[in-house]
Amino acid sequence: MRMSKIVRTAADILYPAILIFGLYIVAHGHLTPGGGFQGGAVIATGGALVIVAYNYKEVTGWLKKNVLTGQEVSGLVGFIGVGLLALAFGQVFFFNYLVGSGSIFGMPVPYGINPGELNTAGIVPLMNFAVGIEVWGGLTVVILYMLSGLEKEGC
Amino acid sequence: MIEQIPQILVLLGLIVSAVLTFHFKDLLAATLAAGLFSFLISLEFYILQAPDVAISQAAIGAGLTTAIFIIAIRATKRFEGEGS
Repeated sequence: MRMSKIVRTAADILYPAILIFGLYIVAHGHLTPGGGFQGGAVIATGGALVIVAYNYKEVTGWLKKNVLTGQEVSGLVGFIGVGLLALAFGQVFFFNYLVGSGSIFGMPVPYGINPGELNTAGIVPLMNFAVGIEVWGGLTVVILYMLSGLEKEGC
Repeated sequence: MIEQIPQILVLLGLIVSAVLTFHFKDLLAATLAAGLFSFLISLEFYILQAPDVAISQAAIGAGLTTAIFIIAIRATKRFEGEGS
């Protein structure tokens, strides 16, 4: 069952904007309110908008269950992998080995009043990305399985 | 006192939307009233300076839960006490 053309067009226009806003919340998780879970939940809201606006066959052409489940698994594995990688550097579990190293996310935090340097905080943004990808897949696949049960009923 | 007026208005809106959720026999309208409740409580979290919780509440309470309820109403009956 599809909704009206107005709802479908609004969902088409709003979905990229919601996606970009959620990725912004994930990427700025160590500077502003939000983080991996909140950003992933915002992206899943955009997915729920598309799922409610279109019917099941069209939606499964765009949002595949295998891809979403793979996102969930890879996010969890990435989170643990980032933590376990500290053992390879001879440190304890979840040691922040990237901070102050000068590589990606490794710049020192500037002093004084500043708008916030994105390239700081070490492994915290990487863990935010992992949690964001995981929550994105997990919460979207919940809605998708609800809709698949609906299609089996045939209404 | 003057800065507490938006908070009082939000709390009154919370009570009204909760009573409306209980009162409606049309389950779609009751779901939308529950979504309004979630939106207002996220506004209250923002007023109480917890924007982190407000983002979670707006995304999950007002977005995902309402979508799940709408899908469930699509699969069952729309009005309370209808059928069986």
